[in-house]
Amino acid sequence: MQDTAARRKGVGKTERRDTWWLQPLLTVVALGAFVAYATWVAFTGDNYWVEPYLSPFYSPLLGGNLGEPVLKLRWWPFTPAILVLWVPLGFRLTCYYGRRTYYRAFFWDPPACAVGEPRKGYHGESRFPFILQNLHRYFFYLSLVVVAFLWYDAVRGFVFDGRFGVGVGSLLLLAEALLLSMYSLSCHCLRHVAGGCVDCLSRRPARYRLWRWVSALNANHGLWFWISLSGAVVADLYIRLVATGAVIDLRIV
Amino acid sequence: MDATFRIFRGNSQGGGYQEFLVPVEEGMVVLDAVHRIQEHQANDLAVRWNCKAGKCGSCGAEVNGKPRLMCMTRMDQLPLEEPVTIHPVRTFPVIRDLVCDVSWNYEVNKRVPPFTPGEGDLWRWQQKDIERPREFRKCIECFLCQTVCHVLRTHDQKSSFIGPRFLVRAAGLDMHPMDSISRTRFLKEEGGIGLCNITKCCTEVCPEDIHITDDAIIPMKERVADDFYDPVRWLLRKITRRG
Repeated sequence: MQDTAARRKGVGKTERRDTWWLQPLLTVVALGAFVAYATWVAFTGDNYWVEPYLSPFYSPLLGGNLGEPVLKLRWWPFTPAILVLWVPLGFRLTCYYGRRTYYRAFFWDPPACAVGEPRKGYHGESRFPFILQNLHRYFFYLSLVVVAFLWYDAVRGFVFDGRFGVGVGSLLLLAEALLLSMYSLSCHCLRHVAGGCVDCLSRRPARYRLWRWVSALNANHGLWFWISLSGAVVADLYIRLVATGAVIDLRIV
Repeated sequence: MDATFRIFRGNSQGGGYQEFLVPVEEGMVVLDAVHRIQEHQANDLAVRWNCKAGKCGSCGAEVNGKPRLMCMTRMDQLPLEEPVTIHPVRTFPVIRDLVCDVSWNYEVNKRVPPFTPGEGDLWRWQQKDIERPREFRKCIECFLCQTVCHVLRTHDQKSSFIGPRFLVRAAGLDMHPMDSISRTRFLKEEGGIGLCNITKCCTEVCPEDIHITDDAIIPMKERVADDFYDPVRWLLRKITRRG
């Protein structure tokens, strides 16, 4: 008979035989690549605009010298993206799906179910800084403003020299606005506000319908998280390639 | 075909794995194999079971490291070229072999503020109102969610965290249309809902497919945020002098 401890403690200790390490590894690679790309985009400050397209990383354009800024903030020493990106960044960092993803992949809290963790002390989201995750709802409200600007940019992407037209960039910006809308509208906070906070939903038929609709979207919140993240990168990359002249924008109409 | 089983034999003082060779038949589940071992090779092997239909929640164990109901784990889902490991659930103390002492859960259950209907309320409600709490009534109390939850399993914070099973119970009561009290203070101060970091392991192991995290824990976290962490709501409550 072989001795066995009552608990298997220690980093990565488990009796699981499946590839439990694959999901955290893929997450680290995918999110790490996104963070690296987004940081580079946010600090480069060029090639984010080509008529009539604006990169979603710089929308709404609050300052800067290119394009048509909403506000001209000449005193701002960094790129205009920095003025905006904290909203989607905060929204994704406090997102319930996002939390699950990075707690597992980066904090190993736990790396996978029934797998040992590196930390001994644990306070979850009950202490600073993680207690601030409770402010997710405010990032949700702010992200709705950003999504509204993305729709404005998407519509603007169909106007070429004052006339309607359709380019590949127009479709990419439209897709990104749609995907980010789906991600935002499938948020757990909206589900709560729509009807989750109500006990007697039969007395609030409109809220019940809204809650059902958001709940249906919410079932795929994680999917919208990843697709909208990828969509932003694809749209930005395309605009960047067109702006640098590496690619000619293909006009469909 | 024969399969090798490594089954934990021991008690609260310690123990180890013992190997058994069992012929595998079509349609067999892990609990069938354990029964065969009990019948032919180790008559004193302790295992808790009852319905063999995934409804009593008695036969929870860790099969190849994953908390599962043995009666719902088909042999053809397991890689049989290697020994199949069966260990009692690791979050609760072993009594003997595959039987654990889960009585801590029954003590926690007593602490959850019970169903409290309002006085004089008309006892009639609609299907729309019962959809949410009904999902939570599917729970068979197998405690696999408690077993896999890292707050209880790895960090052993049983004194400050009630675990997913009782967050589900509190949610079911709080969302009940006839219930008249709020459990947010209980969940924040005694239930330790802030300790849950929503990594969804509880949902992954639930044999009843209850969406524990999305439908119970996150909605209750949002209700706790309404009452304790939302500065605008706090200000409104101060202005209107409610709460």
